[in-house]
Amino acid sequence: MSYSLAELIIVACAQTWRDVGEVAAFGAGPLPRLGASLAKATFAPQLMLTDGECLYATEPVAPGTRVEPGNVEGWSPYDRTFLTVWGGKRVAMVGPTQLDRFGQTNISAIGDHERPKTALVGARGFPGNSIHHPNSFFIPTHNTRAFVAGEVDYVCMAGYNPARWLGGKTPIGLDLGLIVTNLAVMDFGGPDHAIRVVSLHPGVTFEEVQANTGFELHREGEIPTTPAPTAEELAVIDRLDAKGARRKALKDDPPGDRR
Amino acid sequence: MLDKRMSVEEIVGQLSDGMTIGIGGWATRRKPMALVRAIARSDLKDLTVVAYGGPDVGLLAAAGKIRKLVFAFVSLDHILIEPHFRAARQAGLPVWELDEGMVHWGLRAAAMRMPFLPTRIGNGTQVSEGLKTVTSPYEDGEEFYAMPAIKLDAALLHVHRSDQQGNTLTLSPDPLFDEIMGRAADKVYVTAEKVVPTADLNMAANTRYNLWERNVITGVAEAPFGAHPTSAAPDYELDLGHLKTYVEGAASPEAWAAYRAAYLDVDDAQYLAAVGGPAHIAALNPPTY
Repeated sequence: MSYSLAELIIVACAQTWRDVGEVAAFGAGPLPRLGASLAKATFAPQLMLTDGECLYATEPVAPGTRVEPGNVEGWSPYDRTFLTVWGGKRVAMVGPTQLDRFGQTNISAIGDHERPKTALVGARGFPGNSIHHPNSFFIPTHNTRAFVAGEVDYVCMAGYNPARWLGGKTPIGLDLGLIVTNLAVMDFGGPDHAIRVVSLHPGVTFEEVQANTGFELHREGEIPTTPAPTAEELAVIDRLDAKGARRKALKDDPPGDRR
Repeated sequence: MLDKRMSVEEIVGQLSDGMTIGIGGWATRRKPMALVRAIARSDLKDLTVVAYGGPDVGLLAAAGKIRKLVFAFVSLDHILIEPHFRAARQAGLPVWELDEGMVHWGLRAAAMRMPFLPTRIGNGTQVSEGLKTVTSPYEDGEEFYAMPAIKLDAALLHVHRSDQQGNTLTLSPDPLFDEIMGRAADKVYVTAEKVVPTADLNMAANTRYNLWERNVITGVAEAPFGAHPTSAAPDYELDLGHLKTYVEGAASPEAWAAYRAAYLDVDDAQYLAAVGGPAHIAALNPPTY
């Protein structure tokens, strides 16, 4: 059965919310959001998802649509979102511009912070999120501009870098999960939380992933291929994405198996 | 009976150079844009602006009003990057960059007249650079950052309804951080979609939409469609079409001059006509995400 890279990525992103309990699930951007929706619709029905603004919806709201009044089950104004974050009752997947070998990420500025080469949106809630609840990452273009050598240009999220920790102690909620890209799925399962390649998308080699990463990746034995979406998953994704946002999420909507 | 009514221009007249000013709303939601435009037209300068930023920050940056920006983000939400903010940042605009929750915490400290509030936020990141730390006096002994109070000389907020005394209703789906911003400020000026008799607030049924007591409020100006192009739902929604025009107006000095002439250096009636009129704004569809 044929499937797109976006659909492969959605299935991979959904794993962010496996075994996380009854938490608010936040996926930034259409593919992580559809990953959270897929998790809720299949193996994690207890997840709490919003409409993208401030209402919790019982059934996942398709990207580009509005929540129906009968589908609203709760309220999530910004003020409460902070308490949800600080209380650790949230699991997020976000899309940083840069990520380094520690899992530190940047959405603030490329270049010098005081006079950036490129100003980005700003740190947003990244610093607080990073030390209060689990975080995973989706980076659509796996290259050495995103996966940088050394440290990111401005550290917006804490990573596994003791040199930046207050008193040298691990921040209480620091818990980095998956990194999903257009080439592979990775996690922080190497020695001292080194970034490890968990699976390679069909047709991708470890060498290609390493060549597009600015730091050394951990490799353990034979690396499996990222599981293809099942027919059931594809049908659920099609229902959850009624407007077809996944087809516009990646340039030219490439196939999932490039061979 | 107290009467705090004034015009938008009179509010601007109560501000002065060098003030620290908080602007309410969030990115594209409930920004006091009529007031922001009036500041952009005024002689005010050297403002320190504190905001969950959107086109308010962009316009004031483009108009050269900001000496320092205290922020966690500036965005047009559907259009991720605010073009005037990006240009100003890249030209070296002085900033104090924080986490969104740290902004909230700094405002809360000011509201409580505390010098700081402890927080774990900033640990492991660079938004904590320059902050001092405190250690828990209890058995845990944990070390925290001491988020300093963000004291505001003035807060500028947009509400849906107010009476002449400053009893207000904020009817939005999300009240955002306007309450804490108001309580962090020495003077609080609100623009209201409608100023009505107190009885017409129907306060007995609407208490959930009342964010503060009237003694928080210094002045009230009626400014119909005063949040445009941001939303003041449920009265009206975000004008994405105008946001695109606004972004195009940042493409070059000539484009900015044309935007400025059409939408900034005009009075409120001319502005409303230029953006399509009240009927256009009232008919805007809510955005999707």
